[in-house]
Amino acid sequence: MIFGGLDIGASATKAALIDDSGRLLGSAVLRSGVDFAASAQRGLEMALAQAALDAGRVEGIFACGYGRKNAVMAQETRTEIACHAAGAYYHFPQALTVVDIGGQDNKIIKLNARGMRTSFKMNRKCAAGTGAFLEEMALRLDLPLESLDSLAREAGEEATLGSYCTVFTATEVLGKIRDGVKVQALVKGLFRSVVKRVMEMDLFEGAVVLTGGVAAHNPYLAQMLGEELGRPVLLPPRPQLTGAWGAALLARDIRARQLASE
Amino acid sequence: MPEKTPPIQATKLMKQLMADHFLGLDRAAAQGSPKVAWCTSVGPAELLVAMGFEVYFPENHGAMLGASRLATETIPVANALGYSPDICSYLTADVGAFIKGITPLTRAYGIKGVPKPDVLVFNTNQCRDVQDWFEWYGRHFGVPAIGVRTHRGVGEVKDYMVADVAQQIKDLIPTLEQVSGNKFDIDRLREVVDLSKQCTVLWRKVLEYGARVPAQMNFFDHTIHMAPAVVLRGKPEAITYYDTLLAELVEREKLGYSAVPGERMRLYWDGMPVWGRLRMLGDLMNELRAAIVCSTYCNSWIFDAFDAADPFESMARAYLELFIVRDEAYKEAYMLEHIQRYGCEGIIFHDAKTCPNNSNSRYGLPQRFAEIHGVPSLVINGDLNDLRCFSDEQAKTNLEAFVEQIEEMAA
Repeated sequence: MIFGGLDIGASATKAALIDDSGRLLGSAVLRSGVDFAASAQRGLEMALAQAALDAGRVEGIFACGYGRKNAVMAQETRTEIACHAAGAYYHFPQALTVVDIGGQDNKIIKLNARGMRTSFKMNRKCAAGTGAFLEEMALRLDLPLESLDSLAREAGEEATLGSYCTVFTATEVLGKIRDGVKVQALVKGLFRSVVKRVMEMDLFEGAVVLTGGVAAHNPYLAQMLGEELGRPVLLPPRPQLTGAWGAALLARDIRARQLASE
Repeated sequence: MPEKTPPIQATKLMKQLMADHFLGLDRAAAQGSPKVAWCTSVGPAELLVAMGFEVYFPENHGAMLGASRLATETIPVANALGYSPDICSYLTADVGAFIKGITPLTRAYGIKGVPKPDVLVFNTNQCRDVQDWFEWYGRHFGVPAIGVRTHRGVGEVKDYMVADVAQQIKDLIPTLEQVSGNKFDIDRLREVVDLSKQCTVLWRKVLEYGARVPAQMNFFDHTIHMAPAVVLRGKPEAITYYDTLLAELVEREKLGYSAVPGERMRLYWDGMPVWGRLRMLGDLMNELRAAIVCSTYCNSWIFDAFDAADPFESMARAYLELFIVRDEAYKEAYMLEHIQRYGCEGIIFHDAKTCPNNSNSRYGLPQRFAEIHGVPSLVINGDLNDLRCFSDEQAKTNLEAFVEQIEEMAA
């Protein structure tokens, strides 16, 4: 049987198709834009095309993310917290602290050894430390988003940025530019800022998994977070798909329970 | 089980009583008699009623500004005046509305403006902001702003604290006599304290209907039906109202009604309501079939200590026993007792940006509840009135995820 998961996030829509075993058969990532229903539909179609599957073969679809209620093809919705937890636990079945850095939200989700959530936290109503922060800074520095990871890795030194606020950080960055600080050092400083904001959110216990689009495009963040924590941070395959993959896994699990009770 | 619970009929009586209250205040202010006293929510209202004042509660007006979402346009006016966006948004909403010349009383009761005060009487048990708030109006109208400065971080309520607050209440009398033109009458005060005591007993009974399974009323109902306990304390109308409401609750329970149809989870709310989003949050919790059955906020109008035999000391004790002025150990024990008695499976802490005194999540209490008592909690960031500090989507995702988590743990 085939199951689908849709994660209609603030920035990007992700679609995942899996089989009974949880193996990824097809996927898609596209911008969410202003029409969540359309992006959900388009994402599903793209994933189906990639997997060379017909929509009729999909047994169940769950949706998560800000646009989850707009995904009319989904039988049920779950929060992205539930789905990132399910997706992360599928790859690393142990007690976990899952860190999802999204376009607009950061989430810290704690799971016990059985994969049950014991607590979660979302960032306060502030974009500091989220994908939106890096997007804003890339814009200010006139850098393509996809160049940030390699620039941070190249940095010999690191600029110290102390502000909590995105706007104030931009001011700080402008000051550093004026002082001749290299762009690589600035980008690494921005990454450090993301890591600090995340680490302020909660205590980190057990194995730590980093998920979400920011980690997918900037895997160096996982290395930096690991250095701060003193232990390596795990990255699942396709970190940006973790929520959608988890949604599909939850759809599969519900169907299995239904079949067992029939 | 009914699909949708029919509305509470007593609400019509409450609306009439509230209309009478505000129209009475408007008339008094226009005629100059009786005199109008403004009072903080747990200020010495009993004394003011006993001395013949019509009593107006600006915090109630602040809540109306929030619920009507007029606060969104009035808070920035006070901010521009130099009142920080970080201070009480009841204050900023109310002062901003006054400057702007608008009030939700116009739409509700056809009243042009808030009733002009002859005296302003505060108790800082809520916060220091109420004092600054009243002093602004005191300067504006050139009338006295007097009050009681409370003890804070109170563990056991000690006799010396009671004596101090009782004396502070007594010290208000000369000014109140001068403003009202009435002589203080201890027997009248005893009558009023007795009425307040009756009101508080009935309000407690109403709240305890939340302990029924399924709950007969929830937090969102309480925030509406608490109005008489807030503004009609010390008056017979409040007693009439809660007698009526309780009689209806008895019948509703017999008919199998519940506050949240299909209740499957029970939660505790700590902190201020998000007045401008009560409906959205109420609808969401209904959809999730999760009933918020008890709250620190609505319980704060229970004053067990009132005693007509000893009016000053009992008022002082009642105002000092208030949750908001207590120490952390008391707060933890109080919440735990209620969580257990009401069968709550988790706590929603509302961390209100502009109300630190009513935000109890900031010093590790949620973590202590999880670690020591095994009670999970969620912290929602928001505000009582300033919707610039509240994100609908974040709140929805947080609440849904919290309900998911509790369900998962139960399974």
